[in-house]
Amino acid sequence: MAEPRLIEISPVTRVEGHGKVTIHLDRDNNVDEARLHIVEFRGFERFIRGRLLWEVPVIVQRLCGICPVSHHLAAAKAMDVICGVDELPPTAEKMRRLMHYGQVMQSHVLHFFHLSAPDLLFGFGAPAEKRNIFEVIKENPELGRRAVLMRKFGQEIIEATAGKKIHGTGAIPGGINRNLPIETRDAFLKTIADMEEWALDALALARGYSLDHADIVDNFASFPSNFMSIVREGDGALDLYHGNLRALDPQGDVIFDQLEYSRYHEKIVEDVRSWSYMKFPFIRDLGAEKGWYRVGPLARMNTASFIDTPLANEAHKELKAVTGGAPNNAALNNHWARMIEVVHCVEKIRELLHDPDLQGTDLQAKGDRREEGVGVIEAPRGNLIHHYQVDENDQVTYCNLIVSTTHNNDAMNKAVKDVAVKHLSGHEQITEGMLNHVEVAIRAYDPCLSCATHALGQMPLQIELFDADGALVDSRAQAA
Amino acid sequence: MSDQDITFTIDGVEITAKPGQTIMEAADEAGIYIPRLCDHEGLRHQGGCRVCTVKANGRSVAACTQPAAAGIAVENENTHVNKMRRDLVEMLFHEGNHLCPICEASGNCELQAMAYRLEMVDPTRFPYLEPCRAVDASHPDIALDTNRCISCGRCIRASKDVDGKGVFGYVGRGIHRRVAVNGEDLAHTDADAADHAMSDEVCPVGCIIRKRVGFVTPIGEREFDKGLIGYEIEGKRRG
Repeated sequence: MAEPRLIEISPVTRVEGHGKVTIHLDRDNNVDEARLHIVEFRGFERFIRGRLLWEVPVIVQRLCGICPVSHHLAAAKAMDVICGVDELPPTAEKMRRLMHYGQVMQSHVLHFFHLSAPDLLFGFGAPAEKRNIFEVIKENPELGRRAVLMRKFGQEIIEATAGKKIHGTGAIPGGINRNLPIETRDAFLKTIADMEEWALDALALARGYSLDHADIVDNFASFPSNFMSIVREGDGALDLYHGNLRALDPQGDVIFDQLEYSRYHEKIVEDVRSWSYMKFPFIRDLGAEKGWYRVGPLARMNTASFIDTPLANEAHKELKAVTGGAPNNAALNNHWARMIEVVHCVEKIRELLHDPDLQGTDLQAKGDRREEGVGVIEAPRGNLIHHYQVDENDQVTYCNLIVSTTHNNDAMNKAVKDVAVKHLSGHEQITEGMLNHVEVAIRAYDPCLSCATHALGQMPLQIELFDADGALVDSRAQAA
Repeated sequence: MSDQDITFTIDGVEITAKPGQTIMEAADEAGIYIPRLCDHEGLRHQGGCRVCTVKANGRSVAACTQPAAAGIAVENENTHVNKMRRDLVEMLFHEGNHLCPICEASGNCELQAMAYRLEMVDPTRFPYLEPCRAVDASHPDIALDTNRCISCGRCIRASKDVDGKGVFGYVGRGIHRRVAVNGEDLAHTDADAADHAMSDEVCPVGCIIRKRVGFVTPIGEREFDKGLIGYEIEGKRRG
């Protein structure tokens, strides 16, 4: 009989931020426990307090270098509310949307080609030295070239709307600080047809993977869950920038729908566990045990009634047909969903580039100050909530951020356990390739760990000491 | 050139100065930029920051207060002088909490622009003092983030000499010397958004902030997106 073992995957690779996985194997080599730990700490919720409201969209986007636009826009939307602006000038709203579509496009392309393609092309158990973007480029130079150029296109959209590719300043409370010059628009129009063609090819690749490997996809980290996202007001269409909250149960039945996102806290509560800096949100009415849910591209495909751009809508129907319209549970189908969204973003970018409102000069609206504001957006990785309170001196007094990766915390832990049990249990020899299966499950959620750890104060901490037989010798706990 | 004018050289270039002009005033007119932070057009010279240090006949002097003298040889742009200036600017970064990435003055900030001009590429030689300073946002139109203050005193002189008010003053001595408001907080002074001391041009950094402005100026249109600090003065020379 073997000794109990603790296997640690640290750091988890090809994700944003720092995390590790611990897997406890018992004497029979069966998985006892498997967890994703977030080992970094950010603390933005605390140190944003005292800052002036006009600075917030620029400060909080420093949470992340991959999708800063999401935080920039979610914070700007919250500050719109605080500045008494309920409706932006059309130029401002459309410039922000353009920025967001560029952002979602580049982030999804980065994830699919640079981070996940090595697993999908070469196999989860392929040698570690094979599983990287350089090998993808070596095997398929054209695919690699497109990956780089598609990401470049998205980043240049961000630069044109925010001033910089990373950490720009475009969105300001009540509007935007620039419009889109005609010559910039025309430069984008020259390459938009290529982008559409390449996005459709990428979609075919992702869809083909899911359909050709149904045996793997359907049995890999696939489990029923609730799903949540914002959807467009009224018709429930996919809307990445604005809408109301919709949550569905595992059967696809409505838990809540068209809920104004300023009321999110009536439905969502956050649980804290002793072994992670990341909180565990759940739907209040269902409780912590049953109320956890998933967000992200696949969740959006499940919650959206339809997509308002033709190519993406056709692709959405195809994905929905796989499960007969019921929610799709297979984590690996996130890649398919992600590429549907890339097509959607390209279609939306094309539509906006032809809209003369982008050259408008009415950029900022003003209103009467309020004390509190919530801004919600569908970030590349899923639903993103920013909630602030501001005092009479215009200084932030309260901040709550529920980031996509935080929403998915329970789901990622369940995926880790599911894959660990299926692929590691009973094996005396644990290979690196087997461990990569666990990472593949996490990667499917495209987590951004650096975005997800903020609450500061007395963190709940639990230290446990085990002897060589795995027996608990001592423990010390610090209350939250 | 009148009979009373004098001539001297800056880095070998002959310059004419009117009687009573400082080295910096004469250089400005000639289109030669001497770096400075505490000096500002329309305010009396202070000679405080020493970023305008030049060598006059081999001796270090503050160009903003040192009268021009006939025949002196001034060294302005050379490795040695610029290193002294860079060290001074670097220490200013270390004394305060200067977080350029999130500061609304970024792109308009003279301290940041000076660091670029002087090629400050290794700001890690000195320990960061990381002072603990709160934001004073009590005034309805203006906020003070003294984390970014470099104690240049431009607001003190503008308020006293131009506005006739005295909203600001120095307190403390040595390393503890800093700019403070003459009151419990800014709301308890007679500060007004229309004061010259509160104008965008007086504070060289992001300490005096006008509320409701934020990042309204897009990247690409900020002051130092147009050129290195001093570009306007140097533009005179290039014609």
